[in-house]
Amino acid sequence: MSELMDELVLDGNAAAGALAEIYGDDMTTVLAECASCGQVDPIGGLVAFVHAPGIVLRCTACATVVIRIVQTPKRTLVDVQGKRIPAPPTTT
Amino acid sequence: MPERFVTRGFVGRRESAGAQANRIPPGQHLVKDFPVLSAGPTPRTDLAKWTFRIEGLVKEPVSWGWNEFQKLPAQDFVKDISCVTKWTKLDTRWRGVSVDILLEQVELDRRAAFVTAFSDGGYTTNIPLPELVNGQAFVAYGYDGRPLAPEHGGPARLVVPHLYFWKSAKWVRGLRVMEKDVSGFWESLGYNNHGDPWKEERYTGD
Amino acid sequence: MKRTLEWQIAVVTAIKPETAEVKTLTLALPNWTPHRPGQHYDVRLTADDGYAAQRSYSIASEPERTGEIDVTVERIADGEVSPFLLDTVVVGDRFEVRGPIGGYFVWDESVGGPLLLVAGGSGVVPLMAMLRHRAAAHVSAPARLLYSARTYEQIIYGPELDMLASQDGFKVSYTLTRQQPPGWKGYARRIDDAMLAEVRKPLGLEVVAYVCGPTALVEVAADGLERIGLSADRIRTERFGPSGT
Repeated sequence: MSELMDELVLDGNAAAGALAEIYGDDMTTVLAECASCGQVDPIGGLVAFVHAPGIVLRCTACATVVIRIVQTPKRTLVDVQGKRIPAPPTTT
Repeated sequence: MPERFVTRGFVGRRESAGAQANRIPPGQHLVKDFPVLSAGPTPRTDLAKWTFRIEGLVKEPVSWGWNEFQKLPAQDFVKDISCVTKWTKLDTRWRGVSVDILLEQVELDRRAAFVTAFSDGGYTTNIPLPELVNGQAFVAYGYDGRPLAPEHGGPARLVVPHLYFWKSAKWVRGLRVMEKDVSGFWESLGYNNHGDPWKEERYTGD
Repeated sequence: MKRTLEWQIAVVTAIKPETAEVKTLTLALPNWTPHRPGQHYDVRLTADDGYAAQRSYSIASEPERTGEIDVTVERIADGEVSPFLLDTVVVGDRFEVRGPIGGYFVWDESVGGPLLLVAGGSGVVPLMAMLRHRAAAHVSAPARLLYSARTYEQIIYGPELDMLASQDGFKVSYTLTRQQPPGWKGYARRIDDAMLAEVRKPLGLEVVAYVCGPTALVEVAADGLERIGLSADRIRTERFGPSGT
């Protein structure tokens, strides 16, 4: 875990606005299961990297990508790799 | 795009480009610091275990350890870099090995056309092979006279200064040579496959 | 709560200095909706050439105060948004916000207690919303706050916290990690397991815990709370750090 103690690291709460825009509802209490190690965390508790071209939410145990979000001027794209998370409504 | 509400007095923390305005690609602003952007945790790679590998459509894959890599002919590079998050930094000073030197060590298959750079932590980015050769790209391990810091991609980073900086993969561990193009980490989620700052190729469809 | 999260234009109606580097801005909202303490608003600032910067700010006020919210802003060295909010914004200025956002790091009467709060620096802001709600809604669940700051002068909401602590069921403990005033009786070290155990003890083990602060403090406090016997599902954390676009 020590490598995740980067001062630039936030938690899934930081992506709450972007996710609410995509899903039309709060997603931070939804449980996400890591597709790699099986760790289950609420989305709000995932490790968030927000200083990048997009937002990357990773597993708290093994740092595998759970959700990626990219906001362009025209649309918001989401890639859900973790399990248990509802499929995002179709975005265009 | 809907009309944006302009905030009175807000300009952002942006330097005026002044006489260097012609070096700033469209939609970019000049920065003096070196922002740290990262899509994942900063790896702390043990140099004793570090390798750089060229694989894929080559006759024999090649792999260098850290000490072997240091013995390859190195050069200093002074380059302007542009990040898709809209900052441009001028005259960044790097030390590293040209991709031309690295590719001299392998025999490329005649089908070789695209390259995926891969990194510690699983990051990937894709670049057409012709855009990595003839002095256009290098693998850097020094920055501003010092070893390249981990937050900026050390121990070694691919630098492709003529493309947006997400193509300059931090913590790079090798190049995979391929016949077909395979989208990388950001290219597969809305970012432009090519990423030329002067053409403002930010997003898919730009 | 199915609704589209829309940007709206907030009007700054009051600015209150809290410490040398922290101010509270009161924002009147045309589309105010009740929040849950711990939620935040996104703030978006746009320059006249379209350049925009976006940040998240926790709500400091309680939902019982309708039509407006308080956000408390700390200066981030070399920041882009916080210096603007602290140095340039005056009463009457307007900027875009959207919210309330987040349902994970929230506490209100329905969650119950006892309530154990651990704050580092400006991480106290969302916890203050919980304490203000607890007081305004007359929630009987007991509450404790362990608040780590570098110096006495950097404590945010000090007088109000002391006033709340004079009422039933709430106590605040400070730890000053860098410098203490003469005669300081509070803690004077970084948060550790012994400190967490002392603050937690009067509340029993069936507490709900909220930890907010810089990443390093959040990791230490959350791990420490588990080591002193709290189950992980009763601990919620929020990391504060430089955030935004």
